[in-house]
Amino acid sequence: MNLFAGRNRSRIQPVMAPPPIIDMSGLRKVYDTGAIEVEALMGIDLKVEREEFLAIVGPSGSGKSTLLNIVGCLDTPTAGSYRLDGEEVAELDVDELADIRNRKVGFVFQSFNLLPQITAYENVELPLLFKGTGGAERKARVEHLFEQVGLADRMKHRPTELSGGQMQRVAIARALACEPALVLADEPTGNLDTTSGKDIMSLFEDLAARGHTMVLITHDNAIASRTRRLVRIQDGRIVEDRPTTAVA
Amino acid sequence: MFKLPLILKLFRRTAGINRKRMVMTVAAIAWGTLSIVLLLSFGEGLKRNLTKGSRGLGEGIIVIWPGATAKVFAGFPQGRNLRFVPEDIQLLEANIPEIALSSAEMRRWGNTVTYGRITLTKPVVGVEPSYGELRNQLPQSGGRFLNLRDEELKRRVVFLGNDLKDELFGDKDAIGETIYINKTPFMVVGIMVKKIQMGTYGGPDANNAVVPLSTFRALFGRRYVSDLVVRASAPELNEAVKKRLYDVLGGKYRFDPTDERALSMWDTVESQKITANISIGIELFLGVIGGLTLLIGGIGVANIMYAVVKHRTKEIGVQMALGAKRAYVIGPLVVESLSLTALGGVIGISVGVGLVKVLAFVQSKADSEALEFMGAPTFSFAVAFTTVVLLGAIGFLAGYFPSRRAVSIQPAVALRYE
Repeated sequence: MNLFAGRNRSRIQPVMAPPPIIDMSGLRKVYDTGAIEVEALMGIDLKVEREEFLAIVGPSGSGKSTLLNIVGCLDTPTAGSYRLDGEEVAELDVDELADIRNRKVGFVFQSFNLLPQITAYENVELPLLFKGTGGAERKARVEHLFEQVGLADRMKHRPTELSGGQMQRVAIARALACEPALVLADEPTGNLDTTSGKDIMSLFEDLAARGHTMVLITHDNAIASRTRRLVRIQDGRIVEDRPTTAVA
Repeated sequence: MFKLPLILKLFRRTAGINRKRMVMTVAAIAWGTLSIVLLLSFGEGLKRNLTKGSRGLGEGIIVIWPGATAKVFAGFPQGRNLRFVPEDIQLLEANIPEIALSSAEMRRWGNTVTYGRITLTKPVVGVEPSYGELRNQLPQSGGRFLNLRDEELKRRVVFLGNDLKDELFGDKDAIGETIYINKTPFMVVGIMVKKIQMGTYGGPDANNAVVPLSTFRALFGRRYVSDLVVRASAPELNEAVKKRLYDVLGGKYRFDPTDERALSMWDTVESQKITANISIGIELFLGVIGGLTLLIGGIGVANIMYAVVKHRTKEIGVQMALGAKRAYVIGPLVVESLSLTALGGVIGISVGVGLVKVLAFVQSKADSEALEFMGAPTFSFAVAFTTVVLLGAIGFLAGYFPSRRAVSIQPAVALRYE
């Protein structure tokens, strides 16, 4: 029991506050292609708090894919600091990064990236297998996820037997499997028709409403406008960072 | 953090591409395994035959022939011929406790040996009862070697080499029959078990008529022995025994114990070592050839695994993005490579064992000295073990190196791969 809790409240609070999900400062990424060095990110400072729903936008070549890779721990920065949910990731080795991705990041890709030779159920199960979740708990979790994305009747199908929108729902279920701190979606509606795209966006809004922290990468302003914060990146720098004006 | 069930599950989920190539590779592994099994089995058969053959003369024995002195000693000049008598055996046994078994041997060529209408010219050997064991001359069932009573009573009994028996009697039973050696009747008491004998002095044992030493001396009036045969209680003692032989015989016959020319000796422990080294050399040679053949199959497997890794680069990227650690990427690929190798290995070993059986049968039926000398190919535990270890190593390496490449790719790059 902390007898000083009440008295020290004002001093302790800033320390006890949960760390931002994304906390980047002075982040740089240089690609060494041998002949020339390409500076893809030139000093990014970005903070994303818990339960935020934001879009990173920018034209192709702006560095937003590089930023996505680093945010998702798929790549490491050349310089600068990156804390993901309070953990410094710049210094981690391959297996530690894999573990961080497993526990903290859920990926949703433009091309879904479901493994084609296994069923939808098994695709969602995979991150739980990597995490080491036991059989019964795993089964319950996977089934719950399918209900959440509204595909409980499609669990035993292979990805090739599903429509694009359904595949993306499976991918979202997979992204949520390990209850990640951050859901990272790269052009999630890019390969979908308008209707499916809208459905997926509704699902994202729904998830955001339920408290998931979500980062969308897109070049589509209509998509970006459905989030709550917009970060525009150009030539490796953040050029705009503002709340999205709510669209009816 | 290495979960085998998960790795097996992932393997099951991602196996099954490049079917045609896999069949070819399994065939290559099977072929390599077959080669190594056959070569090693032949090597093993040859080795066993060589070992058996080198034991044919006798195991761990020393045969001692008198020589001529090469050093002046105790007033005697050099170049003096030495001659030993049968009583020297008692002298050696009394003075060299390391000697466990010994026999004097007398030998005479050009004797007529007669049974019925057949008369042959053959060597006759006079020996003591321990000679049979010393020189691996074992009696076939129904007969016996010469014994102490034969020796004491100067019995006219004879132990026949198996070839000599065949020449005299053909398929007929010889035990209890009477043959004539230089017109003196002898009763046949035993026939030698057929043996492979690679070293001989005075002709192969299968060709000899062996009689008690006392009978031999009475019949031919011999005073001096041809040679002495001794065996130490353990093969390691042979060197010490050889040195003592110079001391003891030198003491009696007044020659310098350092005069190597005074005695000439055949130490079968030494020659068995040489034989063993030769057969190790042959086996190693055959093993290397087989191993190289198998390696070609292994390269095929590695090639497939590289193709698999390339083919699955994006999938591997997805798995890594979902949090697969290195072991989870390497594991399934190694398991896959090992199973390909194991499948080929099982086929190769099965065919190999079958062929070895057939060849061994052919060898046992064929009437060819070359085949007989080569020995029956033998699929021994050592052959099986070597093959399995080699297969395992090749399978592991053929999976490990390609999978190392797979995990060295940045997940961000692997995800973009099409």
